[in-house]
Amino acid sequence: MTEPNDKSRRGFLGAAAVGAAGLGVAAIAPGLHLIEVSQASAPGKGASSKVRWGMLIDTTKCASDCNACVKACNSENGISEVLKDPRQASQWIRKIDLKDAKSGITHSLPMMCQHCEHPPCVDVCPTHASMKRADGIVLVDRHTCIGCRYCMLACPYKARSFVHMTLTEQNPEVPRGQGCVESCTFCVHRVDKGQIPACVEACANAEHNAMLFGDLNDPNSAIAQRIAEVKTTQVRADLKLNVGVRYQGI
Amino acid sequence: MMIQQQTKTDDGAFYFALAVGGLISAIGIAAALYMEIMGHQVSGMNNQIFWGLPHVFGIFLIVAASGVLNVASIGSVFGKKAYKPRGPLSGLLAIVLLAAGLAIIMLDLGRADRVIIAATHVNLTSVFGWNMILYPVFFGLVGLYIWTLMDRSKNQYSKTVGTAAFIWRLVMTTGTGSIFGFIIARQAYQSAILAPMFIILSFAWGLAIFLVVQEIMYARSKMELHPQLRARMKNLLGVFIGAALYFVAVYHLTNVYYAKQFEFTHFILVSGGVFPLLFWGGFVLLGSVVPLFLLYAPGFSANKGSVTAASYLTVAGGLCLLFVFIIGGQAYPMDMFPGMQVTSSFFDGKIDSYMPSLPEILLSVGGFAIAFTMTLVGVRVLRFMPQDDVAKLQSAGYLHD
Repeated sequence: MTEPNDKSRRGFLGAAAVGAAGLGVAAIAPGLHLIEVSQASAPGKGASSKVRWGMLIDTTKCASDCNACVKACNSENGISEVLKDPRQASQWIRKIDLKDAKSGITHSLPMMCQHCEHPPCVDVCPTHASMKRADGIVLVDRHTCIGCRYCMLACPYKARSFVHMTLTEQNPEVPRGQGCVESCTFCVHRVDKGQIPACVEACANAEHNAMLFGDLNDPNSAIAQRIAEVKTTQVRADLKLNVGVRYQGI
Repeated sequence: MMIQQQTKTDDGAFYFALAVGGLISAIGIAAALYMEIMGHQVSGMNNQIFWGLPHVFGIFLIVAASGVLNVASIGSVFGKKAYKPRGPLSGLLAIVLLAAGLAIIMLDLGRADRVIIAATHVNLTSVFGWNMILYPVFFGLVGLYIWTLMDRSKNQYSKTVGTAAFIWRLVMTTGTGSIFGFIIARQAYQSAILAPMFIILSFAWGLAIFLVVQEIMYARSKMELHPQLRARMKNLLGVFIGAALYFVAVYHLTNVYYAKQFEFTHFILVSGGVFPLLFWGGFVLLGSVVPLFLLYAPGFSANKGSVTAASYLTVAGGLCLLFVFIIGGQAYPMDMFPGMQVTSSFFDGKIDSYMPSLPEILLSVGGFAIAFTMTLVGVRVLRFMPQDDVAKLQSAGYLHD
């Protein structure tokens, strides 16, 4: 599905995606944009291992009172069910507020599946339902997940949710199901069409521009260049999972 | 006294027990079906504590299944004659407890209807995936083992098959401990000691269940277990309870030693409300200290009731320990940002609480009822009653006048 594309195709898709979203793309350097448009996949082709999709989150730009990424995620992925016990609700992305116990310095950041290179959820899944695509996106196969929740025990980021009730009003592109485990897909259905994840788009629409999505393997991509320039952090770096989501400012 | 003959038990009592066991099992299965249809919203589990009471009961039975086979192993693998007549019952209980434990775990799956996928899409990097091999082979080996024990013409193979089953059960419980031991994400788990700890726990829990079943069978058949045989087994139970206590203590001491684990251990052992209560009151006091007292204190130790009470308490203590281990391990928040105070809409940084709902309780109890019912039928249709040739044991020096 995701293959390196020629420049014209990339340019067209970039313009289309940005235009459709009505985004004002901020150029931070010649040829380098704050929001990098994904490489679209050629229909019928599998994900390419040449690509490693990733995200960089600048916590200095993430506003504590902003929830745009969460709302966009819920809307995009059809997460609308209401449960009596909020602890049973699915949260593919959530806002976390941090306060340094000593200095009192605060941070706000979105947390979701970190799309690890070595995902513990994939290791422990008894049925291969938890899987990692060649392009680094970690997914759950809705057809083979038996709902054992072992992956939830194994995930160091509390990124997975178990669906506690029958669902209605689903997005046809994002199948979800009662009794299965689910998590952020990096909006794989959008990425495969050359779009960026809904949360990243919403963050830009809210004019925070705290989220950058792109190909970590492409040295010319905005995300790769930014990671080469600034100090970024992997949450629970001690586990050496080589996550796809990096944070700046914490 | 030569071999005691099992008297035919009362038909009425058998069918009554069968009806009660069957009914509770059916209610448990119905509760699971209710959860399957309604979704786990009707359970007390959530996205923070997603393994609940069914996992506590299910894992207890699976661990005990491995341990209860010890009785047969001591007889045919290690050659202790006093244990040989107990081999078939030990094997039956191993099969029954594993089947019941698996029934609970599988019925609690989010998609129990897809359980066959677990066998058709095995992931061998998953400890759960290993179980797809470990459990069926255990069933097969123990079934074969029972055959070699009960069919005189196959007795010659019992040591070989018994040794294979003994090794396999050690591997199987290593796997059960490793379900948690390989979890790098959480403070409660990721410890190499969990595999041997679960093996030792299986020894104690399995023997405790065996002693309870044996006493019930003897009482129903109006037979009397030779006091010296009871004394041998109760001493072994005491050793296992002590060893289990030791391993659990080392597990916690290790965590206290690691600075990064200290706060979690403080929570589990001191400040965590129901968890320290169940650990100290349930596992340590009622599940270990009191049984040890009943098994060794003069005036108590020779008493049949004391041994049975100690066995029941060991089982209850084991359930308390697993509740603390499984639920407490999830209730404590993961330390994603060391040194930071964490808050979120997903309850990050918050200690969670768990209250099992009625369907979960019914499923859990139903699992025990499945084990009870299967045992009842098993001992009814085949000769699983341990019958001792006291004269032979005396001449072999196992019993004294």
